Amino acid sequence: MGVYWAIAVRSFRRFSTYRIATLSGAFTNTVFGFIFCGVYLTLWDQRPNLGGYDVTDALTFVWLQQGLLTPIGIFGASTTVELGERIRTGAIAVDLYRPTHLMLWWLSVDAGRAAFELLARGGVPLLVGSLVFDLRFPSSALQGLAVGIALMFGILVSFGIRYLVALSGFWITDSRGLEGLAMVLSLFFSGTILPLVVFPGWFGEFARATPWAATMQVPIDVWLGQDLPARALTFQLGWIVVLLLLGRFATVLATRKVVIQGG
Amino acid sequence: MADLSLRRAMAWPGQYWMLVLMWIRSSLAYPASFVFLLIGSALVTVTDFVAVLLMFSHIESFGGFDLGQMALLYGTASMTLGIADLVTGSIERVGQRIRTGDLDVWLVRPVPAFVQAVADNFALRRLGRPLQAGLILGLGIGAVDIDWTVGKVLFLTLSLVSGAVIFAAIFVLGGAFQFVSIDSAEVANSFTYGGQQLTQYPLSIFGQDIVRAVTFVVPLAFVNYYPVLYVLGKPAPLGLPSWIGLLAPAVAVVMTAIASLAWRGGLRRYRSTGS
Repeated sequence: MGVYWAIAVRSFRRFSTYRIATLSGAFTNTVFGFIFCGVYLTLWDQRPNLGGYDVTDALTFVWLQQGLLTPIGIFGASTTVELGERIRTGAIAVDLYRPTHLMLWWLSVDAGRAAFELLARGGVPLLVGSLVFDLRFPSSALQGLAVGIALMFGILVSFGIRYLVALSGFWITDSRGLEGLAMVLSLFFSGTILPLVVFPGWFGEFARATPWAATMQVPIDVWLGQDLPARALTFQLGWIVVLLLLGRFATVLATRKVVIQGG
Repeated sequence: MADLSLRRAMAWPGQYWMLVLMWIRSSLAYPASFVFLLIGSALVTVTDFVAVLLMFSHIESFGGFDLGQMALLYGTASMTLGIADLVTGSIERVGQRIRTGDLDVWLVRPVPAFVQAVADNFALRRLGRPLQAGLILGLGIGAVDIDWTVGKVLFLTLSLVSGAVIFAAIFVLGGAFQFVSIDSAEVANSFTYGGQQLTQYPLSIFGQDIVRAVTFVVPLAFVNYYPVLYVLGKPAPLGLPSWIGLLAPAVAVVMTAIASLAWRGGLRRYRSTGS
């Protein structure tokens, strides 16, 4: 256990060295936040209560989303991209020699990254947004706690998906193509292009049941009080179990048939 | 002297093409992955328009634009950024090159650093964005209820070129800024990718201050908004004349001049890491 904690701490430190990059990322998130606010203000002005959100909910959604995109890894994250790269180049052989579990190792690396990005830039857009707009905040400590757990679960679900995509490199050599396709699904079903509550009819039902919904839409809904914490956390936990079991299974299969590049 | 620098500049396209071909060959080394990447790139970028479609399942018009007109706005915004991104987008990696010291290598090669910077790691998969944009632009052109005269078609084509040049100039400005602040690549993203996000909507919904800012400070409104307003015969905001869209090519020329000065300034300021 101690070794994984140590890995996470070092990963946290590694990411904390890129301070200007982090700052400029938060700046970009904030600019996008203002653009989305303009769009959603127009949309909710014509259809108040669209999808059960009022204007305050919609604007809060924007600022939470902009802060969470990178920590959750909606566009992919450099950690799992690096894993895919190591599989492609063959450097993964070194990782397999280590007396640790491959998945837990990379989970720790990703956790360190997510923790740093959440602390350093997760709240910046929300802070700026709350200076300009009237936003919604959790009303009780208990709800705040539920948000914290939902966020952690969201990052775990996201890691579960990204890990599987990276591991596909064992079979197709170059996982970058699949990373691209995975990003489309992630953008679409996590609530990045539009809150999932706005998706119409059965398509909306479907979108809200996918694992991607568990990464970002669900934590935000817990924050907004749109979703009961118990239901939300159970839903996320279900996907975590499925994805981590699949990850474990894929790891065993991959290491059994592994053919390292060049040997 | 003038003759010599002209002859040097004439060699740029050939040098650019040579470098680009090299990267294309390398990206085709894994053909299956390349096809995935191309489709992925088209799908990722089209999600912005899917969001618009989903919005129109609840509304009939957005900021005075119907769905066909929104397709025209989206298509032009995404096409111009897509072309600029394909041709010059790689320049955002210059910060990395400065940090690793690779820029020194560029400076001793007999090809201008600028040509190497825009061709660096040229990614053909970025063709995905202009491809999907072209499709939606075509649909938009068919859907809007106006008389397409030869003049309007020519003007729209010209405005696509000038819009791409404006975005390209912003990419270069972002690259030049990295000589001052390495690691700030993402700041430029808010004007390029953020610029597309902004210009795919009717700018008037963002309020007069934003419209002023993207007209007079960062001229994103000339990328597609004013030209499209002109083509659709809609009045311009801020009490500006409706022919303001015709100024787009002039704005593109000015932006190119500014970007060129900034890049030279940045390169002159460059001090090697010395390692």
